[in-house]
Amino acid sequence: MLKVPHVTSYLTEHFAEDAFGTLAGYEKKGGYAAARKALTEMAPGDVIELVKASGLQGRGGAGFNTGLKWSFMPADSDVPKYLVCNADESEPGSFKDRILLERSPHQLLEGILIAAYAVGACTTFIYIRGEYSFPADQVERAVAEAYDQGHLGPNVLGSGFRHDVVVHRGAGAYICGEETGLLESLEGKKGQPRKKPPFPAQVGAFGMPTTVNNVETFCHVPYIVNRGAEWFRGFGTEASPGTTLFGVSGHVVKPGLFELPLGTPLSEIVFEHAGGIAGGRKVKGVIPGGMSMPILPAGQLDVPMANESLRERGTMLGTGGIMVMDETTCMVRVGCVISYFFRDESCGQCTQCREGTGWLNKIMNRIERGAGQSEDLGVLLDIAAKMEGQTICAFADAAAWPVQGLLRHFRADFEEHVRLGRCPFTASFEL
Amino acid sequence: MRITIDGREIEAREGATIFDAAGAAGIDIPVLCHDPRLDPVGVCRLCVVDVGERVLAAACVRRCEPGMEVRTNTSDIEADRAVLTELLMSEQPADHEADRRERAFGDNALLACARRYDAWGDSLPRGGGRADDTSSSVIHVDHQACILCDRCIRACDELQNNEVIGRTGKGHDSRIAFDLDVPMGQSTCVSCGECAAVCPTGALVDVAIGPELRPRDELEAVDSVCPYCGVGCALTYHVDRERNAIVFAEGRESPGNRQRLCVKGRYGWDYAAHPQRLRVPLIRRDDAYPKGALSKDVRGEHDGRRKPGGIVDYDEVLPAFREATWDEALDLVAERLSTIRDRDGPDALAGFGSAKCSNEEAYLFQKLVRACFGTNNVDHCTRLCHASSVAALLEGIGSGAVTTTYGDIANAGAALLAGTNTTANHPVAATFFKEARKRGTKLIVVDPRREAIAEHADHYCRIKPGTDVAFYNAMMQVIIEEELGDRAFIEERTENYDALATLVADYPPERAGAICGVEPDDIRAVARAFGSADSAIVFWGMGISQHVYGTNNARCLIALALLTGNIGKAGAGLHPLRGQNNVQGASDAGLIPMVYPDYQSVEDPAIREKFESAWGRELSPQRGLTVVEIAHAALEGSVKGMYIMGENPFLSDPNVNKVRKALSNLDFLVVQDIFLTETAEFADVILPASSYMEKLGTYTNTDRRVQIGRPVLEMPGEARLDWEVVCDVSTRMGFPMDYASPSEIFDEFAGLTNAYATLSHDNLGAVGKLWPNPDPERDDGPVVLFDDAFPTENGRAKFVPAEWTAARELPDDDYPFVLNTGRLLEHWHTGVMTRRTRVLDAIAPEAFVAMHPDDGSANGLSDGDNVTVESRRGSVTLRLRLTTRECRGAVFMPIHFREAAANLLTLDELDPDGKIPEFKFCAVRVSAAG
Ligand SMILES: Cc1cc2nc3c(=O)[nH]c(=O)nc-3n(C[C@H](O)[C@H](O)[C@H](O)COP(=O)(O)O)c2cc1C
Ligand code: SF4
Ligand code: SF4
Ligand code: SF4
Ligand code: FES
Repeated sequence: MLKVPHVTSYLTEHFAEDAFGTLAGYEKKGGYAAARKALTEMAPGDVIELVKASGLQGRGGAGFNTGLKWSFMPADSDVPKYLVCNADESEPGSFKDRILLERSPHQLLEGILIAAYAVGACTTFIYIRGEYSFPADQVERAVAEAYDQGHLGPNVLGSGFRHDVVVHRGAGAYICGEETGLLESLEGKKGQPRKKPPFPAQVGAFGMPTTVNNVETFCHVPYIVNRGAEWFRGFGTEASPGTTLFGVSGHVVKPGLFELPLGTPLSEIVFEHAGGIAGGRKVKGVIPGGMSMPILPAGQLDVPMANESLRERGTMLGTGGIMVMDETTCMVRVGCVISYFFRDESCGQCTQCREGTGWLNKIMNRIERGAGQSEDLGVLLDIAAKMEGQTICAFADAAAWPVQGLLRHFRADFEEHVRLGRCPFTASFEL
Repeated sequence: MRITIDGREIEAREGATIFDAAGAAGIDIPVLCHDPRLDPVGVCRLCVVDVGERVLAAACVRRCEPGMEVRTNTSDIEADRAVLTELLMSEQPADHEADRRERAFGDNALLACARRYDAWGDSLPRGGGRADDTSSSVIHVDHQACILCDRCIRACDELQNNEVIGRTGKGHDSRIAFDLDVPMGQSTCVSCGECAAVCPTGALVDVAIGPELRPRDELEAVDSVCPYCGVGCALTYHVDRERNAIVFAEGRESPGNRQRLCVKGRYGWDYAAHPQRLRVPLIRRDDAYPKGALSKDVRGEHDGRRKPGGIVDYDEVLPAFREATWDEALDLVAERLSTIRDRDGPDALAGFGSAKCSNEEAYLFQKLVRACFGTNNVDHCTRLCHASSVAALLEGIGSGAVTTTYGDIANAGAALLAGTNTTANHPVAATFFKEARKRGTKLIVVDPRREAIAEHADHYCRIKPGTDVAFYNAMMQVIIEEELGDRAFIEERTENYDALATLVADYPPERAGAICGVEPDDIRAVARAFGSADSAIVFWGMGISQHVYGTNNARCLIALALLTGNIGKAGAGLHPLRGQNNVQGASDAGLIPMVYPDYQSVEDPAIREKFESAWGRELSPQRGLTVVEIAHAALEGSVKGMYIMGENPFLSDPNVNKVRKALSNLDFLVVQDIFLTETAEFADVILPASSYMEKLGTYTNTDRRVQIGRPVLEMPGEARLDWEVVCDVSTRMGFPMDYASPSEIFDEFAGLTNAYATLSHDNLGAVGKLWPNPDPERDDGPVVLFDDAFPTENGRAKFVPAEWTAARELPDDDYPFVLNTGRLLEHWHTGVMTRRTRVLDAIAPEAFVAMHPDDGSANGLSDGDNVTVESRRGSVTLRLRLTTRECRGAVFMPIHFREAAANLLTLDELDPDGKIPEFKFCAVRVSAAG
């Protein structure tokens, strides 16, 4: 159930002002007050309880309860504990973290400080996607400012809490966004996800207990500390509180990033905020949460953008990257593009994933070329089904779901290709 | 803990994986990437099981948790496995019948899955297009057949610790790669074959060496031991009896090698089937006198051009001999040797046995020389490898054997590797060293040559050649000064400490550093690392022993261990790495001029009496001559007749030009060998012997592990077992020898010793036994010796201080380089065996001299140039290799190549105690060949 917010945004409220990216500008708007409060007035356990009570879900894709995740960190242990900020944002269709990094690096650092205090981490590694060179520059600049002003280092904000932040640039592999692939990469190894258990909270970066959170997840935290769990729950739905950043791309009039409460109907986002379909054409399908989430057909855009309601439609919120496709789009071609991405980005450890992504892509291409056979649709579904739920990380699932979504809602496109022996869409682009 | 698997309640061990627990309960879960010897990685996902979570768990990695409910074989899971197999099979080469592994060994694990799930990859379009890599001499790489199970990667990393293989690419284009993705044959791969041994598909398969590879169950498996180095790896030969051929070899489980092998053991056995094997006795033709070398190489005639390397051309040498019957040949041998004995006295005869002989053969041969010839002039190649070490050990701690095994390094806090190129000469022992290092043992490498093992070292010190004594004295000076020694040990278990302390006080790191070319602080760091370790082992090789001050070098290492209390406890001790497969055993068996079996002195009347009564002959009370002394005596004419069994002194002894004259000068020489060696060119009679592959016998490795080698092949032609030949010669010379079998010989030998007293062929078991062994029926034997007393008169070990002395022949303006000689991974000693194995010869076909690149450019020489290396004794022409493994001012030559014999150059000066020659230091000059 959607509650009407008094303010439409908080994360991005000051994004129009360049100064918000500097420490002084950020503090002018009340920045670091939450960190001061948490570090000097609250016990770590209280912070965790507060975040738990707020119902904040991770914004990195899986939507796991953030406070609960923090509570998995061993409370009293004499080994160093680490925090990792996942800024690898490589999911096609997602660009929210980039804007957060560029426009409000101190907002992120404040969230990190509070989280670090809550879980008792001595160091945070911010793992930034290699291609995000400008955003990484902004973060490095902000980190330097924070050290300069004593907001980082041996005595954070005069509280006696010690914290260091290390900015680490990735080298361009999607799988390094998966949290354990990220940890391997951070340690200087090949980005291959680890077997779980043990989970990062037990054995994480450099063998130490570690919590991994998404950039946006951290950014919500200062507001929760400042304004309270109840305030936070004033946005979004019962199960999915708060706002989130929806990145809209594709065949819309006004592509862009929109901070809206969770639970906002997809149709409202596409047709109101993003200005509807360009050129007066009709919408055909929408991917609601980044490329690994199953597509929704035109008839299902009434869905509220929150995990609980999206799950009922066989898809998920993912990273909130919304990709809109109009009626000229060949869904087989979409399948080709998506399966190519996963074929290329799998780390290659698990058989189902390495071989399966290859075969999905080969068969998609074959159908698109007009060489598909009617059994191919069954083979696609068979392989996709056997990629789910048995691999080291969720990549294989993420590679299988889009294929299942396309065949669930656009089977006709596929059958038409097979029947005609060619692609019926004139505007299709070269692969 | 209790868990439930497929409805059965099972007790699982703490930390066990589901796969282990299921296996223990007899529940079979199919696997592809899992191999019990390797750390599980859980990548193939064939073994997934349902543990009630969203995601199926890989049984090979998932640990059991109390109360876990596991389902291993629901129809869903089986369907998952079938699709998985289908996916993999669709990428396999189309013709499964022709699968390399299945044809070779019959054990393609993927094809077994395909059969199990009837999944042949036919529902998908066939993959293809990944290339073969045929660049390795031993392994065929078929990338298309690879299923990315990572077994090869882990085998290379975890078992052999070579770290050659990795993955490259990502996603569907992932592949295995060697080094930075170069062809296997050009990578740092050392051809150990471990990766091919663990690969479950046709992706990595051995290349056939002898006859075409065939599945195991069509062949006979014979458990034996590797014939090459002192590590003595346990292996199994798979034999085609009908064709009298070894088809392939595999590592076998044993404490010594844990199934690992090196390139020689795994691929180097086909020499036994080489067409040049001797098949009939040969007698020198009358027109081939006066005796002398027959082939150009042995005559030492350089025609200026360096011809491609190789083995002797039989057309050049065979015309000098005629075939004979065994009777004729044996009669001639007996008559000629008897004549010399009776005419010139027993000491005019001498015998060389070999460290390649079994214990039984060695025992019998020394008995022949001592009891039948009547002299103690019997020696073998131990003189050339560890004689100095043994001399120092006997003097210092009363026993010449290792005080602990090389595997004990796993328990050591630190290990000093002194003058040993372990990765080449004891490759499988080196894998344990590298493994220990990974687990935290501090590795200290001291060697003028920066060998491969140095790359694994925590401390590497490049000392100048010939400065070892100064270096170790300085280490001891630091240890004493900083009180890192073990006072209690010194007081309770040693003597003569004060003399040591006084002497090493003169070797502060500043002084020693100037002698050794090492920073004083580096010496201090090494001394502290060694001195402060809870336990430390000293390993050494021929870089220590093969010097005129070899005994002094070893004395220093012994003192270092005594000073720090590092003998007689786990992870501590002295371990001279024995070279030959049976150098320990041949010495134990008495193939030494000063001692009877078990190091019992020939000069001790009581002992002599014991042997006289055992053998029924009066024995000589004088110690005999050593290897090089015998050659000198032959040259002078005091030794006139020789029996050489399995040694090739022409190439293995120093100063070959002198050896040539010595051998030519003998009245009578009989050589018993499997090929017509360089030495045999000087023989009057050549007796065709049995190769290792053809006989039963025991061999004692560097650890003191006595193991059985078993016959796998029939002998060629009229070749005979060596022990039988020795018996026949002895009998014909009037000292009858008659044994029913090698085990009877072993019993006689063991009965005359303490070390072997409890052992017999029957109780050696599958992996042999360590001597001394009080209870061989139940016990493997003691790893660590001397935990309470030393076998010396007063039970104490003795410090023997040693002053540093400069080498005998120092470089000067005429001969500016130091020549160091040694071995290569792929070759064995004088190359008689290895140059006749296809693979080893292919990998390392030619002689070379190695030099530091800066020395090369300073002398206007480039890599690959033909150069002439000259010493005051001879010269050879061969190819130059520039490498930073060598230090400035020194060059290195391998000893295996007859066409460029390093020993033409070496110096035949001897260590006064060990009588070992100076193989590792003489002065040479290097110039571009004309
Ligand atoms: C294949 C794959 C890629 C992922 N990529 C990202 C990413 O780029 N950024 C991110 O924050 N999380 C990514 N995740 C999710 C992370 O594994 C992890 O769940 C997340 O960083 C946790 O943060 P949160 O709890 O704050 O959402 C990815 C997961 C998978 C399976
Ligand atoms: S599911 Fe895919 S991406 Fe994840 S670990 Fe396995 S192979 Fe790698
Ligand atoms: S042969 Fe041995 S060294 Fe070479 S890649 Fe295989 S395991 Fe590694
Ligand atoms: S080569 Fe063999 S062992 Fe290595 S990954 Fe491929 S299938 Fe596995
Ligand atoms: S056997 Fe367990 S994942 Fe391969």
